[in-house]
Amino acid sequence: MSILLLFSLSVVLEKIILISVLFVITLGVAAYSTWGERKVAAFMQDREGPNRAGWGGLLQPLADGVKMFTKEDFVPQQAERWLYILAPGAFMFVACMTSAVIPWGTQLTIFDKPVSLQVADLNIGILYILGFTSLGVYGIMLGGWSSNNKFSLYGAIRASSQMISYELALGLSLIAVIMMTGTLSLKEIAEQQAGINWNIWYQPLGFIIFFTCSLAECNRAPFDMAECETELIGGYHTEYSSMKLGFYLFAEYINMFISCAVISTVYFGGYNFPGIDPGWLGGFMGPMVLFSKIIFFIFVFMWIRWTLPRFRYDQLMHLGWKSLIPLAILNMVLTGGGILLFGK
Amino acid sequence: MQSLTNRSKLVVDRKMTFMERIYLPAILKGMAITLRHFFKKKVTVNYPDEKRPFAPVYRGWHVLKRDENGAERCTACGLCAVACPAEAITMVAEEREKGEENLYREERYAAVYEINMLRCIFCGLCEEACPKEAIFLTDRIVPADYVRQEFIFGKDMLVEGVEPEKRIDVSVRQKHIQEAVAAGTSS
Repeated sequence: MSILLLFSLSVVLEKIILISVLFVITLGVAAYSTWGERKVAAFMQDREGPNRAGWGGLLQPLADGVKMFTKEDFVPQQAERWLYILAPGAFMFVACMTSAVIPWGTQLTIFDKPVSLQVADLNIGILYILGFTSLGVYGIMLGGWSSNNKFSLYGAIRASSQMISYELALGLSLIAVIMMTGTLSLKEIAEQQAGINWNIWYQPLGFIIFFTCSLAECNRAPFDMAECETELIGGYHTEYSSMKLGFYLFAEYINMFISCAVISTVYFGGYNFPGIDPGWLGGFMGPMVLFSKIIFFIFVFMWIRWTLPRFRYDQLMHLGWKSLIPLAILNMVLTGGGILLFGK
Repeated sequence: MQSLTNRSKLVVDRKMTFMERIYLPAILKGMAITLRHFFKKKVTVNYPDEKRPFAPVYRGWHVLKRDENGAERCTACGLCAVACPAEAITMVAEEREKGEENLYREERYAAVYEINMLRCIFCGLCEEACPKEAIFLTDRIVPADYVRQEFIFGKDMLVEGVEPEKRIDVSVRQKHIQEAVAAGTSS
């Protein structure tokens, strides 16, 4: 009995440490994404970007954080006070929760004891991610509505309708992958892509659809309708200031990080890389490979943002409903035919 | 119509081809352009750290020169004020007292000499009009301020210091002007 208790205690401790590390890494990546975003933007416009705070502006996220904290925390008089305060927190919480099911590596061997690098190996990992990304719209909707500002509300409405529309195509393109792998667990999906046997080779169309929808889900350019400055001032966070605004901006970068993690895991082999054994160096190599993939995709997200102009709203809906969803269904049919003909 | 550049394109309202309608080739083309710029040389000049060189004939913040003994050269003749097209210069003349020979070179001097830097157009006509080689334009930039009053520069802002290290060098601009005059290209 006591041995069992000791065992479960060690597991709990292990998970708590893993969650803390993951949380710190997530926040760190999100913080340095703001720096990276500005650097990428600057470089693509032949500028140098932030270079005052620290070497190459590397202390810029810190300075931005201090700035955010010391700004006046403003609540509009007519705002729905509790929801107004709750919304950024909800958005942030949802953004952080998603990282739980990503398999960051096979397992780490610490003191001859294997430690799994996945917080929770849910057998419905993909459903969990889809569910939580859908919950993310609450943070935006509540924030936009409770500010009692028509521009905020417009931004929120746009964001939620956009997220709902693109979630359909997102889910449909994932179904093709699930049909192929026969599992909803992200861990098993990652395991099946050992070496270079990545899903992207079987699902190029599905990947393009999934990637486009991820951009839309993250409210990133060219789909950043929710906060297009020229039409809506700041979008759903127009009335927010101080760290509440910081939470929104930060959570968007966390969302981007998680999206890139999901793309890497589902389509690009997760912690697998040809020639590099994920278990090498005590399981240290797997997370490194995965993180380089994630950082590459974050770069691609930024690259696209600083290349393409924003879509018009009707174009956005047209693309979502009339192009991506039929394409995703076609992709499903093709995958089904492929499985029927060639087996898995 | 003859085109000025070779970059103009005829706009036609035709249906997009399939390759155009799937966007992706165009998107990839655009991304290739931005990636090319990613590795290009940056055009930024990191201002406080590196400064772009001024033209040798740059006309900025005026200086009222002293002679080699440290006496002010200006005799308040008023020719600069007359020459000034923007009417930016005013002065009040005074007679030199006994014992002030080390301060002012000649019997008359400017007790007040003011240039309104907001009116000044930095044309350099005052410098040209001056018979005593007293006023020159330099390559110093007039500093910014919040109130207009601060832009009326009196003698405290215009006269150079007595000490050798506080003297302001105007030789570069003057040399260029003289060379241009010698070559017959100056106005």
